[in-house]
Amino acid sequence: MFDIVSLDFAPFLLSFKLAAITTLILFVLSLPLAWYLSQTHSKAKPIIEAVTALPIVLPPSVLGFYILVVLSPNSAVGGFFEDLLGVKLVFSFTGLVVASCFYSLPFMVQPLQSGFESLNKHMLEASYLAGKSKLQTVLKVALPNIKPSLITALIITFAHTVGEFGVVLMVGGSIPGETKVASVAIYEMVEVMEYGTAHIYSAIMVLMSFMVLLAVYIFNHQQKKIGILR
Amino acid sequence: MIDIEIQKELHGSHGDMYLDVKLEIQKGEFIALMGESGSGKTTLLRILAGLERAKGNITVEDMIWLQSQKMLPPQQREIGFVFQDYALFDNMSVEENLLYVNDDKALAQELLVLTELTQLASRNVKGLSGGQKQRVSLCRAMMKKPKLLLMDEPFSALDPAMRTKLKDEILKLHKVFGTTTIMVSHDTEVSYHLADRIWVLDHGNLIADGSPEKILKKTSTVTYTLNL
Repeated sequence: MFDIVSLDFAPFLLSFKLAAITTLILFVLSLPLAWYLSQTHSKAKPIIEAVTALPIVLPPSVLGFYILVVLSPNSAVGGFFEDLLGVKLVFSFTGLVVASCFYSLPFMVQPLQSGFESLNKHMLEASYLAGKSKLQTVLKVALPNIKPSLITALIITFAHTVGEFGVVLMVGGSIPGETKVASVAIYEMVEVMEYGTAHIYSAIMVLMSFMVLLAVYIFNHQQKKIGILR
Repeated sequence: MIDIEIQKELHGSHGDMYLDVKLEIQKGEFIALMGESGSGKTTLLRILAGLERAKGNITVEDMIWLQSQKMLPPQQREIGFVFQDYALFDNMSVEENLLYVNDDKALAQELLVLTELTQLASRNVKGLSGGQKQRVSLCRAMMKKPKLLLMDEPFSALDPAMRTKLKDEILKLHKVFGTTTIMVSHDTEVSYHLADRIWVLDHGNLIADGSPEKILKKTSTVTYTLNL
């Protein structure tokens, strides 16, 4: 049988590191985008929304293929980063972060956008009339009033990044400690018929995913209850 | 003095109409803006606040708020606005709602005393009754010592007892601060008692402008109707 103590947890650590960095970057990038989409009446809105939602419906291999093409050293973007900045974007951790940001974008943008859209428009106007800028209004009024959406966006983005497989495999390959995340490690275990380790890895993933989702639902349930009691 | 000359096309529930008003307000005046729903009252208020675009000119004392298409953003207008639905910041306490507008603890304290809200200062606004919320909203609007106070049907969601209380408090604040005020209201009785002057809007046009005694006539001991 297998020995739990000698089990390699590096792929899990890598998955979490990737998810944490991706979530942080996406939060900063998605905040202005989600805010813009929630406030605009522009005709371009459905187009931007459709593009943002693409990663939900596209096969990860399609997304992975395009990201690979764009980030490869032979392309303008990949070449620029490698020649001028010395950063390798394919088969590297940095590349994984870039790919994950595309892959998980809708999971951050959509909850934030629907949260912002649900806010009372007059409350935001009251903040402008108080002399506050849009940024101050977003940080001090809008975000604190959409806590359930905010928590959902952060946790689902994190969880979704931990759970990605296809894009990661295509863009990152399976370099131990660099791009071999948990999902890829499980795939490899199955390939070499190490079912015991695959079982443990998979069980850990199921358990953690369940805990994360449970935490989100309990939090949102409590927020609703507080709302009703108040 | 405030000079207003506004034109705007409106696409309302009663079809298209043209809001076209030219008005002058003296400093410290209390105006009740009346008229049927859909006559453009709220839009006029929102244009004055800079929340909606319009053509025309608005000059407040020496400041230009609107000139042809150029408009001063709401942030720079020194306006106090009381919304019909209160629009309080739900994530803050009563006092924080006031201090968010202007970090002047003494003024916040004074306003809370005047409106008898001192005991609720540290309470989250979500737990307040409608009447209390509207009074907090009124205090919040006064925190900038605004040049113009705008109120959009502040009484509409309140029961008669709350209405009387809020009416007294609005009167009290108006006496203390002397703020130039425009209040949209359907309530003839409230308008009669609070306003120095009444405007009546109809399909975007001003059809009456005068003292409450001139515009409203007493139909019984307690009710008034438009005298047009």
